[in-house]
Amino acid sequence: MISTPHVDWFALSTILVLLGSSGLALLGAVLVPRRARRAFAAAVAAAGSVGGIVTSVWLYVDSASGHRVVADGFYRDRWTALAQVILCGTALATALIAFEHVGRRDDEHVAEFFALLLAAAAGMAFFVGAANLMTLFLSLEWFSIALYVMCAIDYEREGSLEAGLKYLVVGSFGSASLLFGSALVYGATRHIGFAEIAQSVGRGGLSDDLLLVLGLAMIVAGLGFKMSAAPFHMWTPDVYEGAPTPVTAFMASATKVAGLLLALRVLQSAFPQEAHLWSWAFAGIAVASLAVGNLAALVQRDVKRLLAYSSISHAGFMLIGLSVGTALGARALMYYLVPYAAMGFGSFAIVAARERELGQAVTLDNLAGFGWERPFLGVAMWFFMFGFAGLPLGGGFVGKFYVFAAAYRHGWTWLVIVGVVATLVSLYYYLGVVRAMYMRPAEELRVAAVAGGAPAREPLLHASVGMALAVSVGSLFAVQPLIDLAKHATSSLPF
Amino acid sequence: MTVSSFTSLLVWLPIGAALVIWVLPLSRYATGSLAVLVSLLEVGIWIEQAARFDFGRGGLQFSQRGAWFQDLHVSYHVGEYGFSLWLVGLTVVAMAACVGYGFWVGRQRPRAYFGLMLFLTGATVGVFVAQDLLLFYAFFEAMLIPLYILVGVWGGPGRMAATVKLLLYTMAGSLLMLAALIVYGLKVGTFDLVDAPPSASRWIFLGFMFAFVIKAPLFPFHGWLPETYREAPPEVTAVLSGVIAKAGTYGMLRIAIAKFPEPTSYYRTLILALAAAALVYGSVLAFRSTDLRGVVAYSSLAQSGLIALGLFSGTSLGLDGAVLQMVAHGLISTSLFLLAGMVERRATTDQFALLGGMARGRPAVATLLMTVGIVSLAVPGSAAFAGEFLILAGAFQRAWWWAAIGAGAIVLAAMYMLRAISGVLHEARGSLVRDEALDLRTGELALVVPLVGVLLALSAWPAGISHHSFARDAPTQAVRGQFK
Repeated sequence: MISTPHVDWFALSTILVLLGSSGLALLGAVLVPRRARRAFAAAVAAAGSVGGIVTSVWLYVDSASGHRVVADGFYRDRWTALAQVILCGTALATALIAFEHVGRRDDEHVAEFFALLLAAAAGMAFFVGAANLMTLFLSLEWFSIALYVMCAIDYEREGSLEAGLKYLVVGSFGSASLLFGSALVYGATRHIGFAEIAQSVGRGGLSDDLLLVLGLAMIVAGLGFKMSAAPFHMWTPDVYEGAPTPVTAFMASATKVAGLLLALRVLQSAFPQEAHLWSWAFAGIAVASLAVGNLAALVQRDVKRLLAYSSISHAGFMLIGLSVGTALGARALMYYLVPYAAMGFGSFAIVAARERELGQAVTLDNLAGFGWERPFLGVAMWFFMFGFAGLPLGGGFVGKFYVFAAAYRHGWTWLVIVGVVATLVSLYYYLGVVRAMYMRPAEELRVAAVAGGAPAREPLLHASVGMALAVSVGSLFAVQPLIDLAKHATSSLPF
Repeated sequence: MTVSSFTSLLVWLPIGAALVIWVLPLSRYATGSLAVLVSLLEVGIWIEQAARFDFGRGGLQFSQRGAWFQDLHVSYHVGEYGFSLWLVGLTVVAMAACVGYGFWVGRQRPRAYFGLMLFLTGATVGVFVAQDLLLFYAFFEAMLIPLYILVGVWGGPGRMAATVKLLLYTMAGSLLMLAALIVYGLKVGTFDLVDAPPSASRWIFLGFMFAFVIKAPLFPFHGWLPETYREAPPEVTAVLSGVIAKAGTYGMLRIAIAKFPEPTSYYRTLILALAAAALVYGSVLAFRSTDLRGVVAYSSLAQSGLIALGLFSGTSLGLDGAVLQMVAHGLISTSLFLLAGMVERRATTDQFALLGGMARGRPAVATLLMTVGIVSLAVPGSAAFAGEFLILAGAFQRAWWWAAIGAGAIVLAAMYMLRAISGVLHEARGSLVRDEALDLRTGELALVVPLVGVLLALSAWPAGISHHSFARDAPTQAVRGQFK
């Protein structure tokens, strides 16, 4: 008789809700008549995400003392729950814009897209709570495979297929690196649980063990691919450009949230003795990301590519918070992710609206006049751009302040200076977007012919951009409540 | 609502009004009227505040403090000192005139325009009343956002290059200030400007000063100034040189000098030299400018130098004079740029080569330009004279040659200002000055006359400001005691 572990179903409720609704959406692909399929699947996805938010908020409230559940394979704590709230929020916003923006209106496979979206969200929700290397790898593959397909879902467009394939190849490389690293760590410590690894390293005096360090390095590289930090970022611009824009929006915000929050958890709970190594490694990665992201973004004309590089540079800013390895840094990271996810998502959603209007890729040239034509989206976009640049229009400003403060507290004033210089460089291209939207009269330019007629009304896209705007501006005023949440979440990590 | 919430009201009323303007689909006329009304309301609130202000008492008045985020000891803390009261007054008065100007000339896309102008008002007042470093920084940066768009959308043909320069210059300074304030705030354990103890760190001082000398600007950090002042719409230039530039000199007084006494005296000679250089260089360039806006722009550079000379002289006379001069020059350059805009509307240019003879048959233009010009060249009896005299007397106490340089520059001021006045008003009639070009209309008079009136009142009673800026009328003690 095989003994089965006790399963705390409530701890998994967010994942189960998302997975259940994914299954429901998939059933809809077969059972619901074609004309209602899109609405049905989108409604299921939205409802599933809202359900996920509800359960994860509940979990947050109910998991004040963090512990591991399901054969010590999953953390039930506030760090997981808070990450799940952000992820489900992103999934909800994605479902809203995907209703209007994925594929052609009559596409009969549209329900599968929503099923994949929910599956990916579920995978990420599991990923952020992973408590051993096995669940970590499984959940990583779980959401990655869903994302590979989502990137290629626009299968009649070459760019989308290319993006899917590229992400698959590079992503598999990252996964393989992570898996191999995990094997090395297991080899060195004979454990896969994060807490056990730390204990075993402490007991056996393994902190300089070559296998362990090599394994850690490969795990860092594998996670670096997921959070698209330099030098593991090569796939990012191509994939972000080629993937359907709602998918890009989801990847830019959700994948990054999941990757960064999990990385912090793994490093803090499994490798605290190696802090002197990974701290410097991530500081290096942060600097590289800031340099590559900001400098490359300067010369981009394609807005999706520009935002892709901007997301690389923001990975750099957030990694500053991660690399210092303190509770303040973890709070900074958690806080930063909230406005970042909102702004990242919102800006891609706006690109999606323009893309649909023009029927072609959005560049800085054909963005001309957009701000005056669609006032709400224009204003939202300049809020996001100024917010990204760290001007006090949104929480991005406080986020930067927090990560810099964390770096200074750690004694890394040089990293503050690097961050400040990077911010200054980034201004140029963020303002470039604002300039393109507002300051160039369309007649001065060779403007792409608009597909004709008034732009689509897109109420759901407006709603999700409005949500993103509210979150990014609100986080500037509600710093204290958010920091309190982050503080409680951080308290479940071993600092 | 208590009296102390007036300060917050001054900040948030225009920002709230900006949101209303952006959200509601009001007509052009309604938008402009609402903006003007709110600007006048600001002036009214400020007058009420000034009337209740206790000039004899030291310390912060009308202060309000609330939590923002506690774990790094950052709070929402606003309040006013004597000198900040005057600068807030300058802001609301100048902004009201500029908003009125925008309404009068009928700026395109009124909802965006007036919303941004009001947002700018709120942010600028915020800079002058913020008593928390991060809050100060937030407002300092927030001023840039509307400015960037106002110049970039409503500016002249070279606006693109101008905006990029403006933003990159000022942000370079601001971001260094961000680094400096993080280091300072975490080191002393609070970001509250009132509570924070003084520091002797020269690096932090330089970080702050870098932002302020770019904003003011001082030579050689003025690279953004000429293009921006030429390309921006006249009322925005007026705000920039009249009010925004004062945020730089205010920062020097409130933060750099008050919180860093040791570095201040260490770098005193260097900064005084930069200030003197700005004064002389600006005056020479103003004399060489071929257009009216150029003259006023470079004279603003010179005046920033003069104000910095007063502030860093470290004497009571110099500090009193600097505050008086900040307000006086703010009013002067606001009126001059608005007048330049009005001349441009009539002659399509502000190049002296194409202007001249405007005075004939246009008594209002002639009188107002002449009056402001005369005040600005610091004729004895004018507010600017009082300010400059105090500054020079203060600088003289530091060392006689600073005063000598300053006095020389004032002679230059007389030369460039008289040249500008005669280039526009007198001499042979310019090729672009047509007989049909009208004199100032009632609407325009309603904008400039009050400004000139305030200026004349200040000329009659400069002590109103110079004796009422620091607690117990003892500037050096107030600075040494960090205004507590």
